Amino acid sequence: MPLRMELLVCGGTGCQASNSSRVLEVLREGIQEANLQEEVRVLMTGCFGFCEKGPIVKVMPDNIFYVEVDEESARKIVREHVIKGRIVEEKIYKEPETEERLPEQSSIPFYKKQIRIALRNCGKIDPENINEYIASDGYMALARVLTEMTPEEVIDAVKRSGLRGRGGGGFPTGLKWEATRKSKSDVKYIICNADEGDPGAFMDRSILEGDPHSVLEGMAIAGYAIGAQFGYIYVRAEYPLAIHRLRIAISQAREMGLLGKNILGTNFSFDVEIKIGAGAFICGEETALINSIEGGRGEPTVKPPYPAQVGLWKKPTNINNVETFANVPPIILNGAEWFSSIGTEKSKGTKVFALAGKVNNVGLVEVPMGITLREIIYDLGGGIKGGKKFKAVQTGGPSGGCIPAEHLDTPIDYDTLNALGSMMGSGGMIVMDEDDCMVNIAKFYLEFSCDESCGRCTACRVGNKRMLEILNKITEGKGEMEDLEMLKELAETVKDSSLCGLGQTSPNPVLSTMKFFYDEYLAHVKDKSCPAGVCTELLKYYIIPEKCVGCTACAKVCPVNVIHGEPRKVHVIDREGCIKCGECYRTCRFGAITRK
Amino acid sequence: MIKSIEELKQIRDKYKDVLQNREAEENKIRILVGMATCGIAAGARDTINAIVDEVHKENINNAVVVQTGCMGFCYAEPTVEVRFPGKSPVLYGKVDAERGREIVRRHVKNGEVISEWVLKG
Repeated sequence: MPLRMELLVCGGTGCQASNSSRVLEVLREGIQEANLQEEVRVLMTGCFGFCEKGPIVKVMPDNIFYVEVDEESARKIVREHVIKGRIVEEKIYKEPETEERLPEQSSIPFYKKQIRIALRNCGKIDPENINEYIASDGYMALARVLTEMTPEEVIDAVKRSGLRGRGGGGFPTGLKWEATRKSKSDVKYIICNADEGDPGAFMDRSILEGDPHSVLEGMAIAGYAIGAQFGYIYVRAEYPLAIHRLRIAISQAREMGLLGKNILGTNFSFDVEIKIGAGAFICGEETALINSIEGGRGEPTVKPPYPAQVGLWKKPTNINNVETFANVPPIILNGAEWFSSIGTEKSKGTKVFALAGKVNNVGLVEVPMGITLREIIYDLGGGIKGGKKFKAVQTGGPSGGCIPAEHLDTPIDYDTLNALGSMMGSGGMIVMDEDDCMVNIAKFYLEFSCDESCGRCTACRVGNKRMLEILNKITEGKGEMEDLEMLKELAETVKDSSLCGLGQTSPNPVLSTMKFFYDEYLAHVKDKSCPAGVCTELLKYYIIPEKCVGCTACAKVCPVNVIHGEPRKVHVIDREGCIKCGECYRTCRFGAITRK
Repeated sequence: MIKSIEELKQIRDKYKDVLQNREAEENKIRILVGMATCGIAAGARDTINAIVDEVHKENINNAVVVQTGCMGFCYAEPTVEVRFPGKSPVLYGKVDAERGREIVRRHVKNGEVISEWVLKG
């Protein structure tokens, strides 16, 4: 009996965390009970990106996109939609402004401006079934490269496409390949950098989970182009699902002869091994990553020599990031000109961003280079949560910076973000609203960099620590004007005198917030106040006499009993003993308690 | 073991069908089969499976078969609606498996409306 309907259930880490595996079981059970298993199939795919509304279930060919599916609604989907063809309205995405139900994925604003190249198969194919990847033209690019193109032609195509490294630096991929090709050696290596470490970033994880073969294919093509027969995927142990799917993919590809000796009957051989890292941020830096694979400490070394000349086991090595490799097969199949027609003058193609923070639609988006921050945050992201005011967006993780509202309309690419004192980074994008204190945000990222500094360079090891001490002083209300100058001087010194990218960029969150939100620093230092009401030490709680009705609720919740007053009379907070826990502020139903 | 690009293409073409249903292209022909209680009671399940089978057999790539709810013609179930992009839909009544196959061959494939089975509301 032919298959007439498929239910695609998101199997990304995000949706699995909200129980999509159980949803899948319930759907299967329901279909079994209705004796429809020959006609209707349920399968798990990679990430759809719309993590905010997960678990996602997409019904094809009906083209109905269900959101926030739980066990109960899964039963209803079987009962109503699968058996009777009636759409389960309440699980269709509702546009918050117009309240209109949008049953088709393509009509949901979150997807409208997306162009999916690296994520082309995520949410579409079963990542654990190589046949589905092949059916979507998988390994055809490798086949074309091996049978029709010379390594030089492959490198030329990648160069002409304008593809730049998606891991952070943005170095032209074709040039990197060319440099490694030109290094003379009997043995060369390909490394896939899957050590994604920025807080809140999960682009690479989603690609590995949703379409692992695209990365393997990209690596094999790179291997052919530079003359390598072996590749490593360096992935962190915190990504168990990605590792699991990669293992399946590698063994299936070997079985099919798409990895291993004499691929597709040619004399090209290429195989891949997974190296699991312990999750140190520094190992995303290529020389530290190489040290880690070799069994040494994850510490960077001086460049030059670059890995293209002296890399893994002292052999020429080409390192690219997951998303970069995933872009390679479509470039070969559709042509360099197709790819370079998307994007801006110097940044071609698309970029995957992990949209997080105070935005309505948290999730993964792939957008053309040159899109504005406003489009990403407001059109795709659906604006700021709770109708609050946008304050800043942080791009590039701990190496990036905070971009304020006045630059929301900047078309983003590698160069414009650098010019704003931030960076593309691997694609983390964290949105902040009026309730976020920018000094505190800078402190958060600096704490991260302090933890993750490998300790090799004094500037980074000690400098970041001293900067953090100053920020702590400022947020505790003990800051002085000299501290701000010292902070800036330290930041510039750390930037200038660190060996690797971590130290060279770790002061960026401090510098960019000082540049765009200097008034907040001044408020902390001069007025000893935190405008966003975040830094506890600086908060003072008051009762507004005109609004207080004397209900005693605040006095009852105060854990240190410093709120006094008789019932039905105005209460007063004795600030001497106040521990600034904020309980009274959250309890008052009359808005009579304020904090400054 | 795949030993050549031809073998790879064979596998691709073999599984291409599976993915066909997952392409949400808007300009495809849509064949809707009424699958409410009345439709199912009148045998709509056999009809839809026959239609899906025929679409495969005839190698029709530009059509999707979708089930739908009650269309209100309970006396004429199973009902099947054929929608060509940009044209007004044609609704057929009392479509059993055999009629379903014929609708695929004549109407969907060759564009011929089978007027004697068309329901007129």
